[in-house]
Amino acid sequence: MARSPRPSDPESDATVDAEASDPKRPSDHFDSPAPEPGIVQPRLGIVGYLRFFWRQLTSMRTALLLLLLVAFAAVPGSLVPQTTSDPNGVIQYKASNPEWWVHTLEFLGVFNTYSSVWFSAIYLLLFISLVGCIIPRTMHHAKALRSAPPRTPSRLDKLEGYTSIDAGDVDVDKAIGAARAVLRRSGYRVRVFDGESVSAERGYLRETGNLVFHVALVGILAVVGVGGGFIYTGQKVVIVGQGFANTLSDYDSVSPGRWFNGDDMTPYQLLLTKFTAKYDDQSLSSYGEAIDYTAYVRTREPGRGWENQTIKVNSPLHVGDTDVYLLGNGYAPTLTFRNPKGKVVSTQTVPFLSQDTNLTSTGTIRVANGLPQQVAFTGLFLPTKCAQVAYCGAGLSSIHPDLINPSLSLQVYVGDLGFDKGKPINAFTLDPTGLKQIAGRGSGKPGLTLKPGQTVKLPDGLGSVTFDKHIARYASLDIHHDPTQIWVLTFAILVFLGLITGLFVPRRRMWVKAVKGKDGVKLEYAGLARGEDARLKEAVTDLAQKHSQLLGLNMKP
Amino acid sequence: MNQPDLATYSVIAIYSAMTVYAIAFICFALDLARRASLAKGAAIAPAVPLTVSAGSGSTALLDRPDAPASGDLDGPIGRVKRSRTARLGLYFTILGWILHVGGDVLRGVAAGRVPWANMFEFSVTMTAIIIGVFLFVQFWQDLLFLGVYVTGFVTLFLGLATTEYYVAVSPLPPPLQSYWLVIHVFVASLGTGFFGLGAALSVVQLLAARRVAKGLRPIPAIPTPERLETLAYRLIVVGFVFWSFTLIAGAIWADHAWGRYWGWDTKEVWTFIIWVIFAGYIHARATRGWRGSRSATLAIIGFGAVLFNFTIVNIFFHGLHSYSGL
Repeated sequence: MARSPRPSDPESDATVDAEASDPKRPSDHFDSPAPEPGIVQPRLGIVGYLRFFWRQLTSMRTALLLLLLVAFAAVPGSLVPQTTSDPNGVIQYKASNPEWWVHTLEFLGVFNTYSSVWFSAIYLLLFISLVGCIIPRTMHHAKALRSAPPRTPSRLDKLEGYTSIDAGDVDVDKAIGAARAVLRRSGYRVRVFDGESVSAERGYLRETGNLVFHVALVGILAVVGVGGGFIYTGQKVVIVGQGFANTLSDYDSVSPGRWFNGDDMTPYQLLLTKFTAKYDDQSLSSYGEAIDYTAYVRTREPGRGWENQTIKVNSPLHVGDTDVYLLGNGYAPTLTFRNPKGKVVSTQTVPFLSQDTNLTSTGTIRVANGLPQQVAFTGLFLPTKCAQVAYCGAGLSSIHPDLINPSLSLQVYVGDLGFDKGKPINAFTLDPTGLKQIAGRGSGKPGLTLKPGQTVKLPDGLGSVTFDKHIARYASLDIHHDPTQIWVLTFAILVFLGLITGLFVPRRRMWVKAVKGKDGVKLEYAGLARGEDARLKEAVTDLAQKHSQLLGLNMKP
Repeated sequence: MNQPDLATYSVIAIYSAMTVYAIAFICFALDLARRASLAKGAAIAPAVPLTVSAGSGSTALLDRPDAPASGDLDGPIGRVKRSRTARLGLYFTILGWILHVGGDVLRGVAAGRVPWANMFEFSVTMTAIIIGVFLFVQFWQDLLFLGVYVTGFVTLFLGLATTEYYVAVSPLPPPLQSYWLVIHVFVASLGTGFFGLGAALSVVQLLAARRVAKGLRPIPAIPTPERLETLAYRLIVVGFVFWSFTLIAGAIWADHAWGRYWGWDTKEVWTFIIWVIFAGYIHARATRGWRGSRSATLAIIGFGAVLFNFTIVNIFFHGLHSYSGL
């Protein structure tokens, strides 16, 4: 890449000028002057070494290597399930791989790759390197924005797009004035030297965009790093007809950020009044695939009345200072338990977790009081059980997500359910240790199978269970409070705008010179690219054309 | 005409496009073979000086250089007239493209929405964009030497799509019912198209650089490695802008659909990895010692990651994007 040659005029300050208006870049940027070979470095002291390491860290080469290292280090996290995005996957992965391998991965933090020490170290180093690069560059650019273009080089003919025109007896002042005007109009910053040449520069926006891009990236990291502490996300399974209040204690699970204070939550109420799911019944190939889910809710914010709202998969509900997302749905069968005397002891509507797109669902039910013993059930619910084994299988999973041929099968356990001991109880899974299975696979007695409206006797004379005709739907909602969103979005837009200007605005210098010779005045034009500039040659030709037209010259050289 | 008919015509159009592309591929291959034999023959002839560099130092004519100028391909041979086989290849590619786009549009009409909601549709649209960019670029630069790569790649990819990824027209599942599907996925396929061509140029650049290093004469009408690098850079930079947009648009959509703008989902991770690799490419182009073959290698690795992301990640990796898969 050509550099502006040193002018012969000893009084010139062009070299200084040129340096001043160049973007300041790491010394191994290809546009920076090549290091002079053969210079013996003096011995470095501690400060010297620190400065040396700092230089190394902020050099292009280090930044590039760190970038590639980030890309490389991000790979394992996509091969192994991550605790944050796929906790069930992690459990499965751990169960189906040898222990030493799982231990190694755990030790390396691969299940939490993106918050692991090594991944953080790489991107933090990258960002330190970046900051070390952009601070001096920004200060330098601020100065360059206020300085004039550098002095015209003494010889233009070695520069890009060099063009000359024999202008005969044209007036030099007029020619220079016209060149100045043309360049000004094209957005150049212009300076006239000695009344016989114009030096012009444009595209300062390129460096501005470049800096905005990088600063905005740092901004995103800072907002995510610091602001992440103010976020909370909660989950709540809501059965139609029920609701929740926006307090931490009412959530099924919650993951608050480090600085989140539960007292700051807006205590709104949300009631799920209806849930509809539509499935395709038109096309054979996608028969039974979901077309639409809508949750109809009523909400009440403090000091306001009830409002009717809807939540869909792609349109969350904004209420209070949270967004409520519809992330899943399923069925919540209602079961009524009677003791051996026929007295109702418990009626429970229990959400069953969907296992597949046809809503094959599993759940657990516990009856602690009222029956002769404490009883627990694990259930498999199929909204559509296959009626003909020959056509659609043994009926172990649902074949359609809608309630066409619902069926519930239960396995029954008796024993101490642990309510009295205050053991934490998982609402969705049953830990069978200490319990005795009295019906279902492996117990010697068949499990219970019920159709809606049916009542069957419990084994061992424990009483009976009725499967209600009405099967409720539930919606599983995610509640998020994220004050950083808007900042991340702002910075992301800045990243994008900075990227476009930093890549596509050409930074270039242009020179027009009038040289008096024996045969009259010769007009010379040339340019110099600062960074990638695909159209520089054309720009010089264009300038020559416009300029000569303005002077009324024939365009032939 | 009812919907299944339209979908069937769409598939027929796409199969026809594949056939025509295959013919175009043969034409381009013959053309390349011809050029290679020309280069061999010329090696016996007295060597043309290799140092002509138009533009600098000469008192140039004031003609506009954006008209097809010999200086643009400033190899020592200058601009070689397109051979009949190359022109035939171009015409077949145009014909194939018309069928291809027709098939894609029919698919969209049959489905009543944009034709890029699953892997099959995305493959068809993305390859149509690759060919589109390839054809469009011909107005600006003679890049017919890429014809073999482009038609070959697209024919193979369409073959993969029609045999392995094909799914019948189906309505959109709720998570995809968003205008972001129109924007996010389309821009992603635009980015893929530009990266694909950029990587192709980088492959040719590496081959050309090896020829130069071995002291062999360049193949006629294939630009110098430096020129190829510049062309590749310009395409990849455009692809990078599209990819950045895809990333941001995807984050906004994820925030609407899943309640968070970023969650290190496998597809998000790979989109990020690709973005970082190409960011690395752009930095490599500005780092002393990394221009040339090293940055070209990065561009090729980057496009490799794009393909990996689309095929392996979609099919074998578990993630939130999986409903768009098979």
